[in-house]
Amino acid sequence: MATSTIPLPANPLPDNAPPVLVIPAQAHEQHDTHDPGKPDSARQLVFGLLFGVVFGFLLQKSGVAQYEVLMGQLFLTDFTVIKVMLTAITVGMLGIFSLRALGLVELHVKPTRYAANIAGGLLFGVGLALLGYCPGTGVAALGQGNYDAIAGILGLMAGSYFYAETSGYLGSTIQKIGNRGGIMLPDLLGMRLAVFLAVFVPLLVLGLFVMAQLAP
Amino acid sequence: MQAESGAWSPYLVGTLIGLLSMATFYFSNKPLSVSTAYARLAGLVGNLFSRGHTENLKFYQETKPKIEWGVMLVFGMLLGAFIAAITGGEITAAWVPELWEQRFGPDVALRLGIAFVGGAIMAYGARLAGGCTSGHGISGALQLSVSSWIALACFFAAGVATAHLLYRL
Repeated sequence: MATSTIPLPANPLPDNAPPVLVIPAQAHEQHDTHDPGKPDSARQLVFGLLFGVVFGFLLQKSGVAQYEVLMGQLFLTDFTVIKVMLTAITVGMLGIFSLRALGLVELHVKPTRYAANIAGGLLFGVGLALLGYCPGTGVAALGQGNYDAIAGILGLMAGSYFYAETSGYLGSTIQKIGNRGGIMLPDLLGMRLAVFLAVFVPLLVLGLFVMAQLAP
Repeated sequence: MQAESGAWSPYLVGTLIGLLSMATFYFSNKPLSVSTAYARLAGLVGNLFSRGHTENLKFYQETKPKIEWGVMLVFGMLLGAFIAAITGGEITAAWVPELWEQRFGPDVALRLGIAFVGGAIMAYGARLAGGCTSGHGISGALQLSVSSWIALACFFAAGVATAHLLYRL
């Protein structure tokens, strides 16, 4: 059951996945409201709004929605952004894989397309440095009164629409280069998921401790 | 350039965002992700001008322009940041960030122009890469997605290089 919950059939779990991962996801199915063909229920729209309120509140409180803090990360003088992200990744990783082992959630691994991930990632970084807010902190920046974020948000919408204009062409060209489906880091290394996590999570924690020492 | 003294610890906020991720997976079966909402909103605007053209675009056949969970998330973020700022006495009410003004002057039009261009390039890159700092950088990375770790490395590499070109030349 856990195997079939990965959205891309091209990416089955490794054959040697630990047995704990094949617990049937009954508990999850009882409250699963996800159906891509139907509009989100009113309940889910309210959940989205509430989760957004929490996310925006946290981004503002951490300071990462300030232009100076994000640019400080890019100048490598202020490590607040990476500290927030790495901590969220570590806690979320432990949490999501634990919930999944209990059959309570399913993964949503994004497809790997090497050329598009690299080209898009580099373009994103250029835009990020020009704007000084990311798509998430931009809306939080507007919420705390940084009105220049309005121009950034309009730019985000314009850039998205321009992407849509070119999406047919991109789909038949760059997105086909290095298309590997929803692969995960342990697949790449030929490691079992549990073994990979047992190595990787302590490495992330170590990285956070080193960063706390070098850039308090 | 450190976060202001009133800011919460980045480790506390990171932990809470990690827990929030667990909640969105459990209650909504969705990862935290932001940038697609801008694309959906842009599609809704496109529908106002030329519905047929917008609906024919490959991207909008796969990602319907509509108000859904992710768009509500972004509306909520605006509200949440406002609540945090007003209760913490941190409303900035500024058109030009201080650091920008020190480097490029107080011209509002210049700042808004570059912000618009930056936002457009960033959105194009996010759609090509398949996500932004939230969708790839946090949600994808915590699921060990290969694409997300590649994208995250590229976000920072190009961001660091561009920021140094802008401010250090």
